[in-house]
Amino acid sequence: MIEEAIRAAVGVFVVFNVVALSVLVLVLLERKFLGRLQQRFGPMRVGPHGILQTVADALKLLLKEDFTPATADRRLFQLAPFLVIVPIFLPFVTIPFAPGLVVRSLELGLLYIVAVPVVSALGFFLAGWASDNKYALLGAVRYAAVLVSYELPLLMGAIGVVMVTGTLDLVAIVEQQAAWPLLFAQLPAFLLFLVSGMAEGNRTPFDIAIAESEIVGGPFVEYSGMRWSLFFLAEYAGVFATAALTALLFLGGWNGPLLPPLVWFLVKTYAVIIVIFWLRGTMPRLRIDQLMNLAWKGFIPIAFLNLVVTGAAVLIGGPGPGSPLVILGGLATTAVSLAALSLALRPRRRSDVRIGFATRPGDDVADRPPAASHYSIP
Amino acid sequence: MIEPGLQIVTADAADRVDITVNMGPQHPSTHGVFRMLLHVDGERITAVEPFIGYLHRGSEKLCEVETYRQIIPLFDRLDYLSAFNNELCFVLAVEKLLGLRVPERAAYTRIILCELNRIASHFMFFGAFGIDAGAMTPFMFGFRERERIQQVFESVSGARMMHNYFRPGGLNLDVPDDFVDNVRSLLPVLKRGLEDAHNLLTGNEIFLARTKGIGVISAQDAIDWSLSGPMLRASGVALDVRRDEPYSLYERFDFSIPVGDEGDCYDRYLVRMAEIEQSIRIVEQAIADFPGGPFLGAVPKLIRPPAGECYVRTENPRGELGVYLVSTGERRPYRVKVRGPSFVNLSAIQQLLVGSYLADAVLILGSIDIVLGEVDR
Repeated sequence: MIEEAIRAAVGVFVVFNVVALSVLVLVLLERKFLGRLQQRFGPMRVGPHGILQTVADALKLLLKEDFTPATADRRLFQLAPFLVIVPIFLPFVTIPFAPGLVVRSLELGLLYIVAVPVVSALGFFLAGWASDNKYALLGAVRYAAVLVSYELPLLMGAIGVVMVTGTLDLVAIVEQQAAWPLLFAQLPAFLLFLVSGMAEGNRTPFDIAIAESEIVGGPFVEYSGMRWSLFFLAEYAGVFATAALTALLFLGGWNGPLLPPLVWFLVKTYAVIIVIFWLRGTMPRLRIDQLMNLAWKGFIPIAFLNLVVTGAAVLIGGPGPGSPLVILGGLATTAVSLAALSLALRPRRRSDVRIGFATRPGDDVADRPPAASHYSIP
Repeated sequence: MIEPGLQIVTADAADRVDITVNMGPQHPSTHGVFRMLLHVDGERITAVEPFIGYLHRGSEKLCEVETYRQIIPLFDRLDYLSAFNNELCFVLAVEKLLGLRVPERAAYTRIILCELNRIASHFMFFGAFGIDAGAMTPFMFGFRERERIQQVFESVSGARMMHNYFRPGGLNLDVPDDFVDNVRSLLPVLKRGLEDAHNLLTGNEIFLARTKGIGVISAQDAIDWSLSGPMLRASGVALDVRRDEPYSLYERFDFSIPVGDEGDCYDRYLVRMAEIEQSIRIVEQAIADFPGGPFLGAVPKLIRPPAGECYVRTENPRGELGVYLVSTGERRPYRVKVRGPSFVNLSAIQQLLVGSYLADAVLILGSIDIVLGEVDR
């Protein structure tokens, strides 16, 4: 009993520190990667090629004043960062990095992992509310809306995995993918899970809750120093968790030839992370109503369709990531969903956009029918 | 029967929560020190109160205590993203009062520099608009091309932004020997940059969803608000001073005027991007037969225009810049009135914003493409 407790405590300590340190790596990776996308070097000053930049930033944040605005709700304001960071770190307890390399393998691991981080929404909302700042409040409301909307497709994506594998235990799920990663059998679920995970993690193009150019950072606009860096830590730990889960559930986890399992797991995780960063470098931000529409009118119906198709395929063709009927169903669902989505977006295609050219004097275009002069609700 | 003085509160009104959100003068997306007080109901804007004046320097008044040549730097500082275009307008006004003739070499140099400045300004718009839409990479792309143009400006005038290069009757200095080669090698780079920019942002589904049908202003409204430049042309009105009232030898060049269809943010963006192409065309033509000869005409040492007044308008990247100049025959003008395109375009902000989402406010303001130096003067 005591042995068990000590083992758990040491495990948690190690894993949390590993995650916190890998956040430093992630931040540097993102800045370097975005720099390359944008034809610059990224940080170059601190250490060779700037590899110590994030360490310097973290130290700077530690030394900064811990400031609480006079009109803020003092206790809630100071509590909120911890309510954000703790639930985001908790899933790492049961994420297996390699066979046997897990603090505590739970039979209902997947359920635990998708359920626990949601509590951080409370922290975000409290942060926005307690700051007594309108930008922060708007950000908090937006975050709550995003979370409510995207939790559903995320969960339903995960349920697809459970239907195929028949278990909630992450280790068992990975072991079943030795031959066939679930990516093939659950392609729609993979896309839903990754995109919804990005939305919940406030990543561009779904970062409306922090929207730098609109609400200047949202819930943490009033935070500084250590408390702010906790939010920052939570964001990147969230990215890491999303990527790790995607790798475990859909990309076969640590399964792979030649290299040791831990390396395979990290390679897959970082590949997903790079995709997330890449999207940040290329995409503009959606508006809140568009984000809601995408979730409720796009993702959730697709998720339902996936569940129905997967259920039917499993019933007829049997479970398992390699089941041909399940793979066929997944591909068909993906094709149908993508076709439907692009059909819905069709009126806004580039080819529909024209621009005229007037070359001669008197070549005025003013006699066109006047466009509506007021904003119409989409 | 309703008693007088009794206010009826409908269910609709009771549901509303009207809060005000202050944007600016220190907000990242107000493009300088513009401030708006937005009344929002949830995410939707119900009223807008704009505030300007945080950058007021009294430029017009300062013009009355400076000599004509000393005024040119003041014009650099109006719309600092298109300083050459500003200088040109004032210099043309002085030349009009004096009845000066400008050597061809000077006129061609002016056109090349002004069009390059238009390109630089529009690239800057591209970057800032990308940031407004939430994409960070366009900013770097826009700045990359702008930087190359700035290098040409620096080699010509010695300054990157506040050039102080045009003079009544010509230029301050002759262009450097490698000017023609520099500009010639710059053009393909700009074309590639424009291609990159289009590939990055123009067809993007999210960008289209964010900008199509947002901030629509009809042709009639645009005319009524006295909008000009890309703001007006995006609404479908083909008005360009360069073509309609050619100045400074613009009549020699072949270019067309991009006109939008719907007058929304996307059209304003497209019009500006298409104007970059047209400006490149103009520069190509100008550099192809870049004339020799003097760079400064016969100009009196002391500029003292005869008593009189004149109004000159030119096409700035942001719209129509007008200078109304009154001389009493002294060494200093009696009055300089500037009709700034940013200021006039900004005046439509209330009509554009009310009813839109808070997130769109940022985009719509970005699509007006204001420069506060010229709004506040």
